[in-house]
Amino acid sequence: MKLELKGISKQFPGVLANDDVHLSVAEGEIVALLGENGAGKTTLMNILYGLYRPTSGEVLINDEPLIMSSPGDAIAAGIGMVHQHFMLVPVFTVAENVILGDEPTKQAGWLDIASARKTVREISGRYSLDVDPDALIEDLPVGIQQRVEIIKVLAREAKFLVFDEPTSVLTPTEVDGFVEIVNGLKADGKGIIFISHKLGEALEIADRIVIMRRGRTVAEVLPSDVDEEKLAELMVGRPVDLRVHKEEAQPADVVLSVEQLVVLNDRNHRAVDGLSFEVRAGEIVGIAGVQGNGQTELVESLTGMRPSLGGIVRLSGEDVTTDSPRSIHKRNVAHVPEDRQKSGLVLSFTVTENIVLDSYYEAPVSQGIRMNWSAAEERALRLVEEYDVRTPGVDVAVSTLSGGNQQKVIVAREFDRDVALVIASQPTRGIDVGSIEYIHSRIVEERDNNAAVLIVSSELDEITALADRILVLYEGKIAGEFDPSASTTEIGLAMLGSQGEVGAT
Amino acid sequence: MTEDVAPPENEKPEGGSSGWYEQVTGVGSSIRQALLVPALALLTALIIGAFIIAVTDVDTLRILGDDPGEALRLTFTGIGDSYKALFVGSFGSVRAITETLFAATPLIFAGLAVAVGFQAGLFNIGANGQMHMGGMAALWVGFSISVPAFVHLPLAIIAAIAAGAIWGGIAGLLRARTGAHEVITTIMLNFIALFLVDYWLKTSIFQQPGRNDPISQKAAESAQFPTLLGDYRLNIGFLLALAAVWSVWWLMYRSTIGFEFRAVGANPSGGRYAGMSVAWIYVAVMAVSGGLSGLAGANQTLGLEPYRGISNFAGTIGFDAIALALLGRSHPVGVLSAGLLFGALRAGGREMQGAAGVPIDLVLVIQALIIVFIAAPALVRAIYRIKTPDQDGGTTVTTGWGT
Repeated sequence: MKLELKGISKQFPGVLANDDVHLSVAEGEIVALLGENGAGKTTLMNILYGLYRPTSGEVLINDEPLIMSSPGDAIAAGIGMVHQHFMLVPVFTVAENVILGDEPTKQAGWLDIASARKTVREISGRYSLDVDPDALIEDLPVGIQQRVEIIKVLAREAKFLVFDEPTSVLTPTEVDGFVEIVNGLKADGKGIIFISHKLGEALEIADRIVIMRRGRTVAEVLPSDVDEEKLAELMVGRPVDLRVHKEEAQPADVVLSVEQLVVLNDRNHRAVDGLSFEVRAGEIVGIAGVQGNGQTELVESLTGMRPSLGGIVRLSGEDVTTDSPRSIHKRNVAHVPEDRQKSGLVLSFTVTENIVLDSYYEAPVSQGIRMNWSAAEERALRLVEEYDVRTPGVDVAVSTLSGGNQQKVIVAREFDRDVALVIASQPTRGIDVGSIEYIHSRIVEERDNNAAVLIVSSELDEITALADRILVLYEGKIAGEFDPSASTTEIGLAMLGSQGEVGAT
Repeated sequence: MTEDVAPPENEKPEGGSSGWYEQVTGVGSSIRQALLVPALALLTALIIGAFIIAVTDVDTLRILGDDPGEALRLTFTGIGDSYKALFVGSFGSVRAITETLFAATPLIFAGLAVAVGFQAGLFNIGANGQMHMGGMAALWVGFSISVPAFVHLPLAIIAAIAAGAIWGGIAGLLRARTGAHEVITTIMLNFIALFLVDYWLKTSIFQQPGRNDPISQKAAESAQFPTLLGDYRLNIGFLLALAAVWSVWWLMYRSTIGFEFRAVGANPSGGRYAGMSVAWIYVAVMAVSGGLSGLAGANQTLGLEPYRGISNFAGTIGFDAIALALLGRSHPVGVLSAGLLFGALRAGGREMQGAAGVPIDLVLVIQALIIVFIAAPALVRAIYRIKTPDQDGGTTVTTGWGT
């Protein structure tokens, strides 16, 4: 069996998303598809899954052309997809989710849930996935949810599995478990396409690595022939420095001090539970942890977006626990929010409007209630230049910019002041290598200008690269403090609350 | 668990697709886009209107079997006459033009009110109630005090704005404080205002002495809107409407307040993050919106015969205003154009009925058709095979994945 994409091109108005792309996978083979955001990976996968029709080129199975008009055709042809964002119904059980869309029935349309359970048990046993068919999805950790997605695909008898950024939501321990599963699938003769932008994983897992750049497949290499630097260069198109260059930190006075902070989440659970830590001027403190352990609530509370239930937050000695977002902003706190599209930007606004989004009420951008748009535009033009934002102009909607450039707009806006404290949440999530490099260097620069920096990220690599000190957050408490040189395993265990029971294999 | 997962990252450009709300209200759309869909909606409505004129012409249909040629000729003459009358009645003479402007005036005020709400992400269905409150306040000032016109008229207008702003502000306050949705509260406030007016019109404060029916005293001449041209009905209300168009434009695009309105409208979470007080902005938006509706109300009590308050004097204007704001893509100039169009349909509709014998209802049908096509931009795009970049890039499919 062999699945092949041959000469695929996909033209969108104004964009050639795929340009003569070739990709093939045989049974028992793992192929990694590497590329930056915007390289055309998602478009290619949507073609493979029957969601888009290619402008030219064809999908072949065993050299037979496959005509697909919907995902149903792809599934019928034995192609299964495990999405980055799971398509599961949280209040259904595993078995119910597995049969969703293809429900087995007995006479008179009775749902045959017993056979569904049997299928789940059978598949789970064969690949040692360890999934209980009767568990509710919402009670399962992310790693197990992903296995449910895999079971879903296998239950439809997929011969080829496509994984879209499968490890981005997993902890290091869960990643190890995932690698085992993928190898088990391979041993069973499944063909696997593995989409990623993580170089290390591709090298570890894949038999072959295909690299896409600007819609084209630019290289096909064997893991044994390359290293991370080389892969990054192929992905970006120029030599890339993956390390963050920084001198030894020179911590000075305490800028941010958090004492016994308690913050509730939207469901009134203590998401942050008696947290205490300090960040000094001139150091970068990284908060690591699996998503959903209180990071969001912590940052929202520190920036005045969410009230705290108890504890004290001090900025340079002053109590700011109950300050509003604006009052905290005025104390020279730069905030790069976790979700740039939801909180950081107004997508339909122009670059200029977004640049002045939090300073519109001050001179020179306004006098009284009158906006001074020429002053605003002047600032935008200067910052676009200074922060290397790639945009056709400052009067285009920020929604038309790529993720990396959107993030640079936020960084430019937040850093264009005398910053005392930087709070950056997932500062490089989903953006291209070039922008990551740039934003990291800007953050280090702020530290060297004697700002205190707090980085919250679920990417452990990012934390270890940037931070001078690492705190691991687990269930709203600090589960350990580490030096950036500590081993990933050590930190990974702390991320699971040291016992390693949740979601571990 | 899954709610902590990052939003889907599209292939770039990011976030290019716009939702139904943005498409329908036109918030954040470019000028070309803003003009194209309404223009095509108008065209489509007129074509379907022609079809309806043809099939409702019973006399012509009757001879269709005997003499198809003649029937077809009559049909086309009928359609031609109808649309000619529509045009003559709205733009064919000085009187027709003044009537168009006159009819457009309250629609422009109320349309602006709804448009300001749309821009800030609020759906103000309460223009009707705010008009009633504003109109009554203006009327009360209009008949209860006697001062020279240059004091009286401004006082009455300010009273109208204030009363409308308070009525709208209540809905804003309810939204800000309790999260009660403005669609529900404004509809309910409409009923309260409607029946309060009925009640007031029968109390001694308002009721015309000697009358038993709900009708108010007449506004003093010094409070009536002065007419502009001889004995035509067109009055300074229209000039006020033009001033309102400019003021709303300035407020929305040149002031910090409008910047906050638009930011919160496009992304409340982003506004909050930028330090804006979303709750306060909701109250302010509804107050501004209500104030504009109040002006429309004043126009109905002080700007036309009999210069009195009567039951439901706001009529359907407060609801037509929603259509108007949609047609005008929530932009002040768009609302002005849409107001003039609806004014023309009103003025021309009477001529259509008189000269061409087409029922006035048909004019309303055409208006309704326009609104249907505006509210379904995808339908208009499908009919005319227009492609928009943000719909075509396939982003629609990919954004749906994670949600």
